[in-house]
Amino acid sequence: MNFITQTLNGLGLGSIYALVALGYSMVYGIVQLINFAHGDIIMVGGYILYLILVNLGMPLWMAIAAAILVCAVAGVLIQRVAYHRLLVHNAARISLLITALGVSIFLQNLFMILFSSNPRSVPTLIDFGSLSLGSLAIPSKTVINIVVSVIMMVGLQLLVNKTKIGKAMQAASEDTGAAKLMGINTNYVVAFTFAIGSALAAVGAVLYCNTYPQISPDMGNLLGLKAFVAAVLGGIGSIPGAMLGGYILGVAETLTKGYVTSTAYDAVVFGILILVLLIKPTGLLGENRKEKV
Amino acid sequence: MGTVLNVNDINVYYGAIHALKGISFHVDEGEIVSLIGANGAGKTTAMHTISGLLRSKTGSLEFQGANISKTEPHKIVRMGLAQVPEGRRVFSSLTVLENLEMGAFIRTGSARKGIDEDLEKIFSRFPRLKERRKQVAGTLSGGEQQMLAIGRALMSRPKMLLLDEPSMGLAPIMVQEIFNCITQVNAEGTTVLLVEQNAKMALSISNRAYVLETGIISLEGNAADLLDNEQVKQAYLGA
Ligand SMILES: Nc1ncnc2c1ncn2[C@@H]1O[C@H](COP(=O)(O)OP(=O)(O)OP(=O)(O)O)[C@@H](O)[C@H]1O
Ligand SMILES: [Mg+2]
Repeated sequence: MNFITQTLNGLGLGSIYALVALGYSMVYGIVQLINFAHGDIIMVGGYILYLILVNLGMPLWMAIAAAILVCAVAGVLIQRVAYHRLLVHNAARISLLITALGVSIFLQNLFMILFSSNPRSVPTLIDFGSLSLGSLAIPSKTVINIVVSVIMMVGLQLLVNKTKIGKAMQAASEDTGAAKLMGINTNYVVAFTFAIGSALAAVGAVLYCNTYPQISPDMGNLLGLKAFVAAVLGGIGSIPGAMLGGYILGVAETLTKGYVTSTAYDAVVFGILILVLLIKPTGLLGENRKEKV
Repeated sequence: MGTVLNVNDINVYYGAIHALKGISFHVDEGEIVSLIGANGAGKTTAMHTISGLLRSKTGSLEFQGANISKTEPHKIVRMGLAQVPEGRRVFSSLTVLENLEMGAFIRTGSARKGIDEDLEKIFSRFPRLKERRKQVAGTLSGGEQQMLAIGRALMSRPKMLLLDEPSMGLAPIMVQEIFNCITQVNAEGTTVLLVEQNAKMALSISNRAYVLETGIISLEGNAADLLDNEQVKQAYLGA
């Protein structure tokens, strides 16, 4: 495989990281919470996809729609049940973090009880072979990942910049108190943000299952962690940053695997994070935010 | 002329800090009422409590006869009570125009009619905002941000406007401009509650005023009387 194909495959992998990273970043932007349960939403999405497609034998589009819907609802439920009261009462950041870890462990164990810890293989979702561009043959999953992530990104930018709820999200993430003084129901905005972030994670789950056709209750761990790294790398709170961070991470990981080491590539990935944060602590596209009461 | 805002025996705490110790005051329709007091007296705390950002442990808050003690902040705005918060707090990554649109967030359906006229009105009041309508608010000067914060609050067409230190950090000519704007807005029918460090200016445009001292109202009366009050002169008018 040549360098260009490797890079494109890296972008394909990075597309998944990017979609998941968006959820971390948007939620952090609005409530300064690192939602460690976000990685497990991918897992939930993977299982819903599997159940609808394999167990119920429904068509793929229905399985995808169900995964997106269930994840969005699960994201809002987690926010309402686990985080809402802590946020309302201005709980310490560490309490929020511990709660998020608790939710993550809860979800993994719940799915382990329901479906056992054995991995299940997902049948092929979409495969059109490969796309030929001159001498390049790009695998279909790479093409799909990149195209879908770009569409999602454009859609999200339109949502955030052109719609009323999107502007409210921007306002609330900049200054929640001032947003309330504009008559914005910030509880609703926060719930909406969790819903959108989780829906994007579900799309990430579909792409993941199409790329690595296997699901297990702990599949969200490393994937979630890497997506979180991508969000921090790009500048947590920044939407373009999350996308950029995801792509960089995916390319770095794939190229390292291909040319440097096929075992310690994760070490390289995390090394990049540490290096970037040493040089630019706010991440590539992150801004210094003033804390406001 | 009824009472628009009635604050009755509110106690507000920040953890163990008792910031407002059972204060009561009211604002009647069409009035400009000032709340003056030293740093840390509790003025901003009172403003935040009225808007629902903070809660009182006791007493009641009534706006146009409705009890708003437990009403969520966004609903209070919808009832017609807007605030220009201390320190402006414009949305710095949004443009001037987008900030003004945020101010009109609560206007839906038929209430959206007239938004363009209201924008024009604000632009004619503050021509500098018009020139900079596409500029992000974070790059505006302090004075321009203050104009924007006031314009933004007016975009909701409030029945009552709370202003928390609108003249803070502004050059004298700007201060004059802001105060002119407040009297004008009031003359057009908006009731005003004003918090100010610049007590002299505030009292000169107010009907009545309250003096807040470490969480307690120590003095109240007609603005003109307070301007002549020896205690007020010494403590707040630098005389
Ligand atoms: N978030 C907070 N946590 C703890 N104490 C607070 C908080 N905000 C205000 N206080 C305290 O409450 C008291 C009243 O503060 P407040 O901001 O209402 O004063 P103020 O009259 O607006 O002062 P200034 O003129 O400086 O704006 C002060 O003693 C202040 O230290
Ligand atoms: Mg204050």
